[in-house]
Amino acid sequence: MVQFNLPKNSRPTEGKTFKAEGATRVKRFRIYRWSPDDNQNPRIDTYEVDLDKCGPMVLDALIKIKNEVDQTLTFRRSCREGICGSCAMNIDGANTLACTKGIAEIKGDVAIYPLPHMPVVKDLVPDLTTFYAQHASIEPWLQTKTEEPKKEWLQTHEDREKLDGLYECILCACCSTSCPSYWWNGDRYLGPAALLQAYRWLADSRDQNTTERLDFLEDPFKLYRCHTIMNCAKTCPKGLNPAKAIAEIKQMMVERA
Amino acid sequence: MAETRQAGRPLSPHLQIYRFTITMAMSIIHRITGIGLYAGTLLLAAWLLSAALGPDYYNLFQSVAGSWFGQLVLFGFTWALLHHLFSGMRYLVWDNIRGFELRNADIMSWGAAVLGFVASVGVWALAFSLRGVL
Repeated sequence: MVQFNLPKNSRPTEGKTFKAEGATRVKRFRIYRWSPDDNQNPRIDTYEVDLDKCGPMVLDALIKIKNEVDQTLTFRRSCREGICGSCAMNIDGANTLACTKGIAEIKGDVAIYPLPHMPVVKDLVPDLTTFYAQHASIEPWLQTKTEEPKKEWLQTHEDREKLDGLYECILCACCSTSCPSYWWNGDRYLGPAALLQAYRWLADSRDQNTTERLDFLEDPFKLYRCHTIMNCAKTCPKGLNPAKAIAEIKQMMVERA
Repeated sequence: MAETRQAGRPLSPHLQIYRFTITMAMSIIHRITGIGLYAGTLLLAAWLLSAALGPDYYNLFQSVAGSWFGQLVLFGFTWALLHHLFSGMRYLVWDNIRGFELRNADIMSWGAAVLGFVASVGVWALAFSLRGVL
């Protein structure tokens, strides 16, 4: 059942403020905090950051806060160059990667939340178990029926080009957690990330299990909860377009019927 | 699917914090106007019923529908119908795998929103001018 407001235990309260003493260029970061250890509601802590002593990206500020102000601040990060997808979070009202989002792009205070409508493990770390299980459910690997060739599976340049805009997905979950349909039906709707990957294999000229893949997706929820809200494409930090990939799957369904 | 709801874990904020986009707003308005059209169709049925029941009922319906409140509701019905029509045409385009570029999706969405409203005002302006009010 769709629930628009947050459950009682999930409503954030106003937290602490950490001042940046002696700074001239101050930016305020308002960050969602929740710890499983203290049995309290989430809170929004405010950290003032001296921009003259901080790198340009939101992730730089988070690392600076963790190193110098508050070691308890918890978030995922790894590559710091937009290829691992670990630091996906909601910044300034939209999902993106903290490492590729410039602080200067944001007017006013920087509001940072975990990816929306997810169970929170701690602070900015959401539980992505279901998200990964959905990705696994579309069986994201090459499936063939004919005998294996002596060398590699060949593909024309034109067929290879069909995978552009699909294979670049880094599974950061920005798109799926930006989607209202996924918010309301995330247990049954596969979401834009898994569906983009499903199409990546449907579009692959070497894959021979197209029928089985479409059979799996032929379901009122798995595929057809997409209402082309476009949040996925707007928020993708890699500039991909899951909404379009989903439309391609829907068309494949029509064409085979 | 794996069970991820561990007891006590909060749900991260969603609608409360997500910055609205035009395509997001249009999706919700499409749903709302769609529901509104059910109510509007009932009004249409009531109007036909009143005509079938004779002049007394018909005149009663007409006087209610002609009041300022009745006209407001009818204008809302007109807008819901036309907005839903133009908004729905976007889905026709999208189903043909066109208009997915972010800029085009926004242009189509703003266009449908503006057209729906302008067309509703236009229909009513035409109706009033035919009656000689304008």
